[in-house]
Amino acid sequence: MMNHENRDYEEAHPHESQEVMESVLLDDPSDAQSFTGHLQPSRQVTVSDDPLLSSPLSFTAGQSPKSPYNTFLDPPSYAEAMFASSDSPTNGHETSEPSSRSNLSSSDYLYISVSDQQKEQELTNSLVPGGNTYYTYLITTKTNFPEYGGPGSEFSVRRRFRDVVTLSDRLAESYRGYFIPIRPDKSTVESQVMQKQEFVEQRRVALEKYLKKLAAHPAIRKSEELRVFLEVKGKLPLIQSTDMASRMLDGAVKLPKQLIGGEAVGTVDLNEVAQPAKGGRDLLRIFKELKQSVTNDWVGTKPLVVEEDTEFTERKEKLIELKQPLSDVSQQAESLVKSQQDMGETMGELGLAFVKLTKFETEEAIFDTQRTRAADMRNVATAAVKASRLYRELNTQTIKHLDKLHEYLSTMLSVSNAFSDRSSALLTVQTLSSELVSLHSRIEKLEVASSKIFGGDKTRMRKTEEMKKAVRVTENAKLCADREYERIKENNRSELERFDRERQNDFMSMLRGFVVNQAGFAEKTAAVWEKLAEETNGYLRDSS
Amino acid sequence: MSMNSTQRSLSGSAQSPRSPSSQPFLSVSVTDPVKLGNGVQAYISYRVITKTNFPEYQGPEKIVIRRYSDFVWLRDRLFEKYKGIFIPPIPEKSAVEKFRFSAEFIEMRRQALDIFINRVASHHELQQSEDLRTFLQADEETMERLRSYETGIFKKKPADLMQIFKDVQSKVSDVVLGKEKPVEESNPEYEKMKHYIFELENHLAEAQKHAYRLVKRHRELGQSLSDFGKAVKLLGACEGNALGKSFSELGTKSEALSIKLQKEAHHLLMNFEEPLKDYVRAVQSIKATISERANAFRRHCELAETMKLKEINLDKLMLTRSDKVGEAEHEYNELKAESEQATRTFENIVKLMNEEIVRFQEQKTLDMGIAFHEFAKGQARLANGIAEAWRSLLPKLEACSSIVNSSNTTEQT
Repeated sequence: MMNHENRDYEEAHPHESQEVMESVLLDDPSDAQSFTGHLQPSRQVTVSDDPLLSSPLSFTAGQSPKSPYNTFLDPPSYAEAMFASSDSPTNGHETSEPSSRSNLSSSDYLYISVSDQQKEQELTNSLVPGGNTYYTYLITTKTNFPEYGGPGSEFSVRRRFRDVVTLSDRLAESYRGYFIPIRPDKSTVESQVMQKQEFVEQRRVALEKYLKKLAAHPAIRKSEELRVFLEVKGKLPLIQSTDMASRMLDGAVKLPKQLIGGEAVGTVDLNEVAQPAKGGRDLLRIFKELKQSVTNDWVGTKPLVVEEDTEFTERKEKLIELKQPLSDVSQQAESLVKSQQDMGETMGELGLAFVKLTKFETEEAIFDTQRTRAADMRNVATAAVKASRLYRELNTQTIKHLDKLHEYLSTMLSVSNAFSDRSSALLTVQTLSSELVSLHSRIEKLEVASSKIFGGDKTRMRKTEEMKKAVRVTENAKLCADREYERIKENNRSELERFDRERQNDFMSMLRGFVVNQAGFAEKTAAVWEKLAEETNGYLRDSS
Repeated sequence: MSMNSTQRSLSGSAQSPRSPSSQPFLSVSVTDPVKLGNGVQAYISYRVITKTNFPEYQGPEKIVIRRYSDFVWLRDRLFEKYKGIFIPPIPEKSAVEKFRFSAEFIEMRRQALDIFINRVASHHELQQSEDLRTFLQADEETMERLRSYETGIFKKKPADLMQIFKDVQSKVSDVVLGKEKPVEESNPEYEKMKHYIFELENHLAEAQKHAYRLVKRHRELGQSLSDFGKAVKLLGACEGNALGKSFSELGTKSEALSIKLQKEAHHLLMNFEEPLKDYVRAVQSIKATISERANAFRRHCELAETMKLKEINLDKLMLTRSDKVGEAEHEYNELKAESEQATRTFENIVKLMNEEIVRFQEQKTLDMGIAFHEFAKGQARLANGIAEAWRSLLPKLEACSSIVNSSNTTEQT
């Protein structure tokens, strides 16, 4: 999103003035050299390298050793580090960061790229000629995971966005409690407003980012769902999310059985207990759980099972608190980037205005004073144009660094989902507990009533037997639910730890990168202006 | 005191007060703006301090109170009297800002007026002006009287009204006589100079526009840094631990840099944008002088024409021995004197302008050189301040980083 703005600046300036700008700069050979030299990525200094430890990189044009602006500590110049430090935004290969912090050995890799979007025709038996078109994307994977067929595997599949939604849904079911990366939006509004090509390209970038995040997640990267998505050619063999209508139908069939109870209860699929109640299918369950949550929240009765993990509660609170400040910083970061960009643009425009002035005065010059002034103006133009370029570089890097903030905002959503998984699992456990309690108390009542009748009450005894059966089934279900709850709790815990650790590392390196970038930019800019100050030194005779 | 002592000391014949008093000097400063009056009537008064050893002046030092319209009066008088000379410009009237009278506006105006009066005082012709003496020395009541007289409805003196009438008359007769184009000089060098001036105004105006925008950008960036810093500090408070501390330090630095940016914005405005604006005004002043020259040339031509006609008429009368000869001769002589006067005026303007253009180019190279230097110095100072601020943060970040790393590894084990 922010990358577009930089490109706009480039396009807004007519080519003619670009050439004028170039010619102004090329007159000063030493400067032109030093400038292009910096743009070559000859030295790959990654952000994780400590710039304070690397050898002081002296940089060429402008910085005279006598300059009073060198600090007496003479730290290494960050000017070089600034240009070489981050990977260029177009090269999406950012495996250096995840591998440095994950516990995987450096030989384990799963590298995914998305490219080559193509328009395809939907093959339906629809009566409408032409039918539906949709876009597919080429997903290319390079890996050495054993599950994928051994070292050095490389393969591609074609997938459409719908497949990604399916993948995302299946992962959400299988990895409850994990901080699962959020998939790109369906965003139908945008797709109508934007140009088709632009929208598809934007989506391609988003898909790539998403898949890379999945590949970076220590648990999910090993998932079968992901492997199937990446490897299996042709139609994606994952169950699509069922639509509400068929679910409702299913539910309507099951509901009578659930309501009546009895032997139908015995055939409840225990695995279903492990899943949250879904609309349609589990109407009864939804009613019960809703009742339970109302009891929890409003009636004030303390449920039998509660969240006991105080450490978790603390951490959760902290994370909830973190969301707002993080969002604010993210917003201000965007604002800062805009201001830096505006500054660079205006500086460039000022430079151009002086280029024109220089040309004008040179052509029209009658007096020597005019020629002198023209020369001065040329120096000003050169400095301004250089400064403008530096601002642009600064911004590209700033965007890269501060993008981490936006990323983590998205991750907060994943965290939120994982906590929801936990809450709903807990609710299921609570519901089943309450159910058991209620069953037991009804059995007791029946037995008491039955014992008062001499010789027993056949009806009541039968009912008691049924209830005892229900108790057994419910107890099994509860065991299942308990297991699931514990599992999710553990996932939460390990994910929280990972999240805290990674967040701290990521933010620290973001801050470092940001500061190094700013310092380097400022140093380079200072050199440009110091040069101009020197060139215009002669005008200051009497002043301090 | 004003920030442009450099400009004053470099101009013309004015010497620094340290030189021996035998050297003639006239040094003026415009200081201490004070807001007077209320609401719509509000205005700013300035203290004008004159130090001189010119014999025509009342004493070595004089302090008077003046307001903007007094400066306008002086400039108008100089423009009338010293045709051909590029009268230094004064800041624009600006009806809107007058109401708000921001501190910045007041300072910009004061600086511009100070530069104006000093340029007048150091111009070898203008400094002799009686109107200048009046301006620098007269008491406030006298000044007010003069000022209101000038700005009254009858601002134009009867002679001027007559001149306007004659101009219209000659324009009409031009059309009647078949001369459709107004009479203009056919001097290729002068044409080139005129073209240069008109083009220059356009280029300068553009540069000044971007310079002004650049000032605004500095302010905007300052604001962004301040907002960013505040938000980062809040995030730091939320994070806590070493990471939180890092955020807090960064936020604080960001806020500190915001202040530096606001300072530089002001410096940029006063020392780079204003000189550019001043340059534009100077060029506009030259355009006014060009206009005056055109008027003078037309008048000289017309009178020469009229004189020829009168001569022919006179000869005719002399031949016929008419009694109107005496009268006609008298008229002719009067006309001849007027025509010669007009020609002298015109030629004087031409001579002055040739000198003035040289002086102007010199002056502007100097003024711009200083402005560019200030621009460069200010930007370098800002950039170095920024670099140092961020560099100083790095050791702290390193320290926090190692704490974060060690706490993470202990967690993992």
